[in-house]
Amino acid sequence: MEEHQEAGKEGKPSSTAVDLHGDSSLQVEISDAVSERDKVKFTVQTKSCLPHFAQTEFSVVRQHEEFIWLHDAYVENEEYAGLIIPPAPPRPDFEASREKLQKLGEGDSSITREEFAKMKQELEAEYLAIFKKTVAMHEVFLQRLAAHPTLRRDHNFFVFLEYGQDLSVRGKNRKELLGGFLRNIVKSADEALITGMSGLKEVDDFFEHERTFLLEYHTRIRDACLRADRVMHSHKCLADDYIPISAALSSLGTQEVNQLKTSFLKLAELFERLRKLEGRMASDEDLKLSDMLRYYMRDSQAAKDLLYRRLRALADYENANKALDKARTRNREVRTAESHQQLCCQRFERLSDSAKQELMDFKSRRVSSFRKNLIELAELELKHAKLQGPPGTPCQGAMETRSWGNKGGTLAASLAIFQCQQALHGKGGGGQDTWV
Amino acid sequence: MAAEREPPPLGDGKPTDFEELEDGEDLFTSTVSTLESSPSSPEPTGLAEDISTNSNGPKPAEVVLDDDREDLFAEATEEVSLDSPEREPILSSEPSPAVTPVTPTTLIAPRIESKSLSAPVIFDRSREEIEEEANGDVFDIEIGVSDPEKVGDGMNAYMAYRVTTKTSLSMFSKSEFSVKRRFSDFLGLHSKLASKYLHVGYIVPPAPEKSIVGMTKVKVGKEDSSSTEFVEKRRAALERYLQRTVKHPTLLQDPDLRQFLESSELPRAVNTQALSGAGILRMVNKAADAVNKMTIKMNESDAWFEEKQQQFENLDQQLRKLHASVEALVCHRKELSANTAAFAKSAAMLGNSEDHTALSRALSQLAEVEEKIDQLHQEQAFADFYMFSELLSDYIRLIAAVKGVFDHRMKCWQKWEDAQITLLKKRETEAKMMVANKPDKIQQAKNEIREWEAKVQQGERDFEQISKTIRKEVGRFELIKYWEAFLPEAKAIA
Repeated sequence: MEEHQEAGKEGKPSSTAVDLHGDSSLQVEISDAVSERDKVKFTVQTKSCLPHFAQTEFSVVRQHEEFIWLHDAYVENEEYAGLIIPPAPPRPDFEASREKLQKLGEGDSSITREEFAKMKQELEAEYLAIFKKTVAMHEVFLQRLAAHPTLRRDHNFFVFLEYGQDLSVRGKNRKELLGGFLRNIVKSADEALITGMSGLKEVDDFFEHERTFLLEYHTRIRDACLRADRVMHSHKCLADDYIPISAALSSLGTQEVNQLKTSFLKLAELFERLRKLEGRMASDEDLKLSDMLRYYMRDSQAAKDLLYRRLRALADYENANKALDKARTRNREVRTAESHQQLCCQRFERLSDSAKQELMDFKSRRVSSFRKNLIELAELELKHAKLQGPPGTPCQGAMETRSWGNKGGTLAASLAIFQCQQALHGKGGGGQDTWV
Repeated sequence: MAAEREPPPLGDGKPTDFEELEDGEDLFTSTVSTLESSPSSPEPTGLAEDISTNSNGPKPAEVVLDDDREDLFAEATEEVSLDSPEREPILSSEPSPAVTPVTPTTLIAPRIESKSLSAPVIFDRSREEIEEEANGDVFDIEIGVSDPEKVGDGMNAYMAYRVTTKTSLSMFSKSEFSVKRRFSDFLGLHSKLASKYLHVGYIVPPAPEKSIVGMTKVKVGKEDSSSTEFVEKRRAALERYLQRTVKHPTLLQDPDLRQFLESSELPRAVNTQALSGAGILRMVNKAADAVNKMTIKMNESDAWFEEKQQQFENLDQQLRKLHASVEALVCHRKELSANTAAFAKSAAMLGNSEDHTALSRALSQLAEVEEKIDQLHQEQAFADFYMFSELLSDYIRLIAAVKGVFDHRMKCWQKWEDAQITLLKKRETEAKMMVANKPDKIQQAKNEIREWEAKVQQGERDFEQISKTIRKEVGRFELIKYWEAFLPEAKAIA
């Protein structure tokens, strides 16, 4: 399915809220995206007045694999070990949606034309939503990179942004995937070992606290994300369920006569309205809640990675110390041991410093984006509730609105409190305020 | 009995009408005296209306309904066969004595007058009257099913329901009474009513279905929500079933029904057990019926029936589809509420682990709100759609009963056809005998012919009767369907 997309300024939740450190020298955005069969091509547009670049405005076409390549390049770079690398955007996955569309197309003779049209519309909307989301994810990735003072100076990044030709980065083949997988296992084993090691003592309380916090937080947010997904999914199923019901009711209505007919037709209409309402609820929840949770799940994973690297550095430092001591006692290769130890020490300290900074940024970022999304969620739900408000609304509709009204109301109230607190403590905004 | 009153001054069919009157009288007596051995069951026509209207209904209805009955028996010109096989299954006991002079006269007088009225007019009027009655809620009887109690233990346990009747109909001995019944009792009642009335053309409301899984759970004693749900569902279904049954004027007269409502001890209806011999017999019968239906090819002379049948087919299909969708909706709603609950919990946990206090509080509030939503969803699911879905399945079963009635009509027609064919053959044999000149065989043949002629006429009459009954029943059905269907609708809009 060919689709051109004006990279969702419309549908996307705030692509423009990129707050650079007062330095608009590098602005990146995805201005267009095309979906071709199973590939998505993003048009990355850069506006910059940095001297490094040949022009002030230019754009290139990139594919998902190239984004992954960029991400990996960052991860593997030793220099950035002390930073939280923004999580890579997830692969665009239209499989499920495409399957459903196909199944619908193959046709079930028992559904009426109206039903078919409605379901097709729903599926198309779903496809579009997924598409928009994936564009947004990719864009956020780039924007975070551009906003980070250190990361934006990476050479690979420049190449990514500027190089006109195809970067000829092939997707990971199976061996590499397997390798990556194994590496993850090794990493987690290593982590367990390090923390289990009796000798290793966390020198800094801050980090100790952060560590425990992050571990717990990550699991919980992963949990919440999963469940939010499930809620959204069943909500969507519910909305879709109304379609055959209203179709059946209206066909019943056309067959019957007099008062029963009008009742049936009215019921059918009611169900149609309910469906739209439910559908919108589901998509709101999806955008505001699930996506945010998912993004922070990944982000907290990245933060955990950072902590791990620091820990690793600490372990190395300890080892270097021990080696130095051993060398001193044996009085052999003291020099190398010493320099090695120095290196390790420096590395560790560097990591600790930057990690501290990063983690604090992470926190503020997280808090502000939660706030923004929750507020928006509440507002949207209130809006829906009000739309359904007018008198003469059938009872069911009224119940729905009451429920959403309640939810919106309490949520808005709590978020108002939240906002006040924020203002008081002056923690709002922070450095990098991304769309999430 | 007969000696106590004058035979009504009617024209043809005197003895037969007399007998009919007798039966009618008997029914009237029941309103006056207490009934021990319950008198004969109602005639398959408007006589039943007589009863109820007699107790508390408007006079004119009585007139019209008499006419209806009159009409039917105007067709019954045969003297011979009114002690007919058709009446046998209906009559369950000897007519009881004593007639008060009041009622017969009122009964007789209008009857004479109305003989001259033409049939269709009467029919329409009766239909209207029936509608009026239904609207005016003349059937002053209220039935409630409540207090499900578990009796017994283990696999022999069962749920006993309290059936409470409040009525001002004088055919019942008390105005308020209640008995304890179990599910198989209800099924037994239904099978008795069905065997008596279905093949004459009445639409007998179907009983709720057996559910082995559900009952087993209850028996085993699982106290979880699904078994309480099941019991509640069943209780509501039983209540609706009884209410529908008593709304039917003919069925209301049935002694079995009265026994069911009144007597404290009821013989255990063993035939309704799923794994009994009777159950298997029923299954075999059902299969045989299905095959029969495919083979009988009836040329429908009456367009009304064809149209109605088509309508019911369509309605059935659509209701089934609707029902399936509504079930899916209810299921998804339940899923949604479960998922929301789970999400609420994890959001609360997230709020707990969150450092930043305000955010933490916001998150836990989110969790609370989600929980409330979840509960609201559950309420919604159970209140509106649940009821809707239950009603739909009731209707689907009712329509199946209606179809069954139509099938019976077809079978009746078949019998009639068969009788005619046999008659023809017998006549041929007779002719052959005539030719061959065998006197004794001729006599035998003549006897057989007479027998079969009677059967043919009987068959014809049966057929006519069943057609008429079906027409009336369908009329009632459609009306009641409107009202019942309108009710939840109206509630929803309110």
